[in-house]
Amino acid sequence: MAGSGTAHLRAPGDALLRAEHLVVEFPIGRTGLKVNAVSDVSIDIREGETLGLVGESGCGKSTTGKAIMQLPPPTSGSVVFDGSDLVKLHGEELRRVRTRIQMIFQDPISSLNPRRKVEDIIAEGMRIWKIGDEKSQQAKVDEVLDACGLDPAVARGRRPHQFSGGQCQRISIARALVTEPKLIICDEPVSALDVSVQAQILNLLEDMKARYGLTLVFIAHDLAVVKNVSDRVVVMYLGKVCEVGPPDQIYERPAHPYTSALLAAIPVADPSIKPSDRPALGGEIPSPVAPPSGCRFRTRCPRAQDVCAQQEPEIQEIAAGQYVACHFPLAPGETLPIGPRASSVSASSD
Amino acid sequence: MTLEGGVALSATFPDPSGAAAPAGLEVSPRKKLGFGGWFALVWLALVILCAVLGSILPGVSSFNTTFLDAASSKPLTHGHILGVDDNGHDTLSMLVVGARASLEVAFGAVAAGILLGGSLGLIAGYYKGVVDLLISTVFDVMLAVPALILALALVSFLRGDPQKTHWPAEVVLIIALGIVSTPVLGRITRASALTWSQREFVMAARAQGAKNFRIMWREVLPNVLPALFSIALLSVGIVIVAEGGLSLLGVGIPFDQKPSWGNMIALFGQSNLRDAPYLVFAPIICLFLTVLSLNLLGDVVRARFDVRESSV
Amino acid sequence: MSPRRKGERFSDAPLEGPLLEVHDVITHFKTARGLVRAVDGVSFSLERGKTLGIVGESGSGKSVLSKSIMGLLPKRNVVRGGSIKFEGREIGSATQKEMQHYWGTEMSMVFQDPMTALNPVMRVGKQITESLRYHLDVSRQYAQDTALTLLESVGIPEPQRRLREYSFQLSGGMRQRVMLAIALACGPKMLFADEPTTALDVTVQAQILDLLQAQQRDRFMAMILVTHDLGVVAGRADDIAVMYAGRIVEKAPARALFTQMRHPYTEALMKSIPKLALPSHTRLESIAGRPPDLVNPPRGCSFAPRCPYAQQRCRDEEPKLEPVGTEGHEFACFYPVGTPEGADALATNQAATNQAPTNHAAGAPTSGTI
Repeated sequence: MAGSGTAHLRAPGDALLRAEHLVVEFPIGRTGLKVNAVSDVSIDIREGETLGLVGESGCGKSTTGKAIMQLPPPTSGSVVFDGSDLVKLHGEELRRVRTRIQMIFQDPISSLNPRRKVEDIIAEGMRIWKIGDEKSQQAKVDEVLDACGLDPAVARGRRPHQFSGGQCQRISIARALVTEPKLIICDEPVSALDVSVQAQILNLLEDMKARYGLTLVFIAHDLAVVKNVSDRVVVMYLGKVCEVGPPDQIYERPAHPYTSALLAAIPVADPSIKPSDRPALGGEIPSPVAPPSGCRFRTRCPRAQDVCAQQEPEIQEIAAGQYVACHFPLAPGETLPIGPRASSVSASSD
Repeated sequence: MTLEGGVALSATFPDPSGAAAPAGLEVSPRKKLGFGGWFALVWLALVILCAVLGSILPGVSSFNTTFLDAASSKPLTHGHILGVDDNGHDTLSMLVVGARASLEVAFGAVAAGILLGGSLGLIAGYYKGVVDLLISTVFDVMLAVPALILALALVSFLRGDPQKTHWPAEVVLIIALGIVSTPVLGRITRASALTWSQREFVMAARAQGAKNFRIMWREVLPNVLPALFSIALLSVGIVIVAEGGLSLLGVGIPFDQKPSWGNMIALFGQSNLRDAPYLVFAPIICLFLTVLSLNLLGDVVRARFDVRESSV
Repeated sequence: MSPRRKGERFSDAPLEGPLLEVHDVITHFKTARGLVRAVDGVSFSLERGKTLGIVGESGSGKSVLSKSIMGLLPKRNVVRGGSIKFEGREIGSATQKEMQHYWGTEMSMVFQDPMTALNPVMRVGKQITESLRYHLDVSRQYAQDTALTLLESVGIPEPQRRLREYSFQLSGGMRQRVMLAIALACGPKMLFADEPTTALDVTVQAQILDLLQAQQRDRFMAMILVTHDLGVVAGRADDIAVMYAGRIVEKAPARALFTQMRHPYTEALMKSIPKLALPSHTRLESIAGRPPDLVNPPRGCSFAPRCPYAQQRCRDEEPKLEPVGTEGHEFACFYPVGTPEGADALATNQAATNQAPTNHAAGAPTSGTI
């Protein structure tokens, strides 16, 4: 799975954000080895769009989101946001641009400082940049709290531990909204929440997007969640892009074997569908320290051939708006064979 | 169980995972002080009162007052509750007056250690990388030298030529012991800052354009302080003892200038242990109770400020 | 494949009747805030070789329930009640010491987080052979061989090598397989799987769930699969019990639960899950509010404050879990979904809501719950 290439990017003028050839590597101590977290990933986002980044742990989706924020900056590549390349910005300029891109994190508890009051947490962005006087700051805090479904009078003076996880996530969203950003990167915002609360937060994000005219990058491992909120989905595997396209289309006819396997692995709340009748992947994601040659998915791919080990597939358009990086993409309607289930695991899995 | 779970769960009952005793995770609005806590508070209040007021207190004579008629008398004679030493100084008065020197040195040194070690540790833990490597190496080197030897060396260095020195003995001790306590306090701060800096609210602050200093000051420091304070309280106890140790070695505060618990133990331990053990044991007991109280208080502080993030 | 058990320990166990009978089990925790009713009167029975799925959100008491049955909860500050019968013998009041004879050989458990459940300083092989040697008193060599067979059977490649490795050298999925091998070592008759796949990736989750199912079938083992995800139990459990605020609100054979769900909570839970089959940007129907405070549960039905069907009766009276309709289908509701009563109740509420505007969906923290 490769995913090098930029065929899926749209005209530069159309995009609010265009990240090209992002590479993020983390050296491991002084061993000379490095974790290839993101290897040549390109994405673009149109204004008002929700881009879903989906994949299993270790696929580099979160690292991509953070690289856009320059937290930390990518090892190489460019991130053009609203006409300026963030990678080239430093100091004050970078700090100022960051206020227009905000993040919401997975762990609602960890993302709020336990020693600060909710009003201080939310007003922080305005205080840093000295936006408005105290009165207007307070008014803004009340506004975003109210927009996020929390009663400002009650919530303002409390500390994060006095709230449930779902409510903490609302506070995080309120904090992200206060500097009036254009783009919000949501890094697994609902995966730590209960199902019923998850739905509340997803609906809230959709409402906030409409109300404040936001553009969202939505990072999650749950394909169903990503599908629900996204206009365009990027499926990632081991630091590479596998498939890009509109969610309904990708779900209808996944072209990449990995997308297909991912879809088949999602437990469906329908007892008439027997899990054993659905294709499944063997093995686990290989180490990003020594990723497989060629297509990185080949070690688990039931369709892999010799060429997959030698040559990395380029991203190409397979249907209108649907792009795939695979030498042997699935034809529409084609599914993976019902492959190795629980009993066997490929030897390459460790 | 999902995280929301963790929250809602512990909001209502102790996390049932594993054999975790529910008692440990119990939701307690305000932990009671208990006997130990109260004892510590009362004793420390008493000691600090003595240190601040000193010879102004009724019944306490100034160090310069000598009771030659009652020289070397036993406790509870001639109106001296704890007796009088060879030179005619009232022991109780010496203890009261000595509390000041001891506490000045101890709190002063620890304050210096917090300032120096705390800020270095915070910087190391927050920036990580080369900065951390550098600062940690300094700490490690300092810790490799036995503390008492390091203190001795620093005192002799700072004191320099005894004829020309302008610094009082206490200031020298505060600086020396402050430097000695720096790596200990620094490493605690570093470890704590290291974990807190990785939390997502730090990244959130960065995303809002906060400068590093602001993040360290507002986001990381408040979370590091409780750990630092509880260790600092323990260090105060250790420094009081260390001051005594230095006195024993003859580099403490000179007894004839100003009595401290440390130099009392050193002096009387050498000359009066046989004939008047009460002279030695009185400061030792004061020292012991103070160190004990500080330890107890350290525990209370830690328990009090330990924010249960997911519960209550 | 499972090692031979010592006959005498099991000879008196009757082979007919349900394997596990749980009646009115209560687990309350004493805390500074008051008595937390984590499990508040749960009854069910489980036949040999069957799978019961227990579904609930966090705080529903599903994990506490399985730990209560296993006898894994500490004695201190815990109030236990009700009866738990395993093969007809009462174990509800057994001490931890007595329960040790059951753990491993009769019932065992797979936990959510294999990293913390495995001992990081003990070799994987040792962790498997230890329980074998303790419970079954077999020779070292026999235990070693069994461990090898076990690792093979849970789909671990190169089992010989893995036996000598430590848990941190394994991937998440491998660790969960090792956990399962340990749990299966002494051939238990019942397996508790407490969120066994929550910490794993979807593709690995599918592997582990398949493995659990295969092992269960091969060993004719009963299983209680505890999860927050209805999808996980849908195709894999014979019966499903939905828990809310410490009680079972609906219990039915899997198919019946999905086709004729009766309890409003089950319906709401189903509706709030984003579904792949629905087009993107479909508005999700979330459940308003949050689960009740288990120290001060509301009067009447505990779901009433969040229930779109709730009537005055639900706030005054507590519905009992009663068998209705299909064989094995039980639910606790006065105005069940899909019945004329339920439809009327919903219509009444909707008419009332249309007149008065709704307030905040999630609401601010109320003083009672934080």
